[in-house]
Amino acid sequence: MAAGTTGEGTVAGARTHRVAHHFDNAEQQFESGKLGMWIFLATEILLFGGLFCAYAVYRSNHPEVFIYAHRFLDKTLGAINTAVLICSSFTMALAVRAAQLGRRRQLVGLLGATVALAACFLGIKGLEYEKKWKEGLLWGAHFHAKLAPAPPALPQTLPPVPAAAGEERSLIPPAAIGPAGLARPGQPAVAEGPEGPPHDVQVFFAVYFLMTGLHGVHVIIGMALLSWMMVRAGRGEFSPGYLTPVDLTGLYWHLVDLIWIFLFPLLYLIR
Amino acid sequence: MRETAHAEAAAAGQTAAVGHVVPLRVLVAVWGTLLALTGLTVAAAGVDLGSYNLGVAMLIATAKATLVLLFFMHLRYDRPILAIVFVTALLFVALFVSIALLDSNAYAHQLIPGYGPALPK
Repeated sequence: MAAGTTGEGTVAGARTHRVAHHFDNAEQQFESGKLGMWIFLATEILLFGGLFCAYAVYRSNHPEVFIYAHRFLDKTLGAINTAVLICSSFTMALAVRAAQLGRRRQLVGLLGATVALAACFLGIKGLEYEKKWKEGLLWGAHFHAKLAPAPPALPQTLPPVPAAAGEERSLIPPAAIGPAGLARPGQPAVAEGPEGPPHDVQVFFAVYFLMTGLHGVHVIIGMALLSWMMVRAGRGEFSPGYLTPVDLTGLYWHLVDLIWIFLFPLLYLIR
Repeated sequence: MRETAHAEAAAAGQTAAVGHVVPLRVLVAVWGTLLALTGLTVAAAGVDLGSYNLGVAMLIATAKATLVLLFFMHLRYDRPILAIVFVTALLFVALFVSIALLDSNAYAHQLIPGYGPALPK
């Protein structure tokens, strides 16, 4: 890296970026870009907020489904993925630092490491999805898993339902007709306890696939953005005075990590 | 001189680094703490704390999120307006989730004798 008297921001061959005429200086331009990005991140929080709300309502109404179904998720892979994403956030934070210090090669390398970790995350997620797909642990009508050989030795068939269970407290309503995923009409109530798998386990998998799926889409978008930043950094478009695209991509990437930090305990670590 | 952030930024003259350069030591410490907290939350899920399990898991997740926000996302060093924007969104999500839960819990019992999230027939 050639550090001339003009500073590292203007390395030979680098395209220097000018401050737009309506900004006083580079700092103000940078700060304005960041404000816009944070407003976008706020809308992202609201987008995921809807899904967290659906999760909260379903879980508060059907705790037994969540407690039962979360055992089908691989806690170890989930924890590894959390660590992978945290490491990618770390390399991203280092990348922004490298951009601020004008270290071009380091910046490209760290962005590359972040993309690689993101790909690792998606790979592990893909393994998990593949397993769910094979076992039929899917959403709504696609759910066709045989729940009998469930982890803590559950019996093959449901226990006989008492004919007149009028006053008996049940977890599942006798006839809850609702949108896809709720109980089918006329379904008998199931007594609480470990006698059999609860009804409508597919509700959990609908929530699981929707939340992790939307998160996965964000990871893919993040990878595309990071790769684009790598190309631009390689061309020397960034300097200590101009790194807005790198910083904003970083903010986006940290948000993806942030959402996973909540998804992991909520989906994998239910007790 | 090469090694210190501000010396380099100063050497860059008019193109001084925009934003706050977070010290390497801080970033490494945050990274280590995040990994340790991930281990802690997995360990905590293995202990039966009854209804407190969810609270503990959410507390740890919030601590991790706060670290990411403050140091990786620079909120600790940025102007407060950015944090205000973000916290406002969080408040609205909290409002959304809590009112939806209140509503669903309040009506479930009336609509179906017993229990359940149900729509009227």
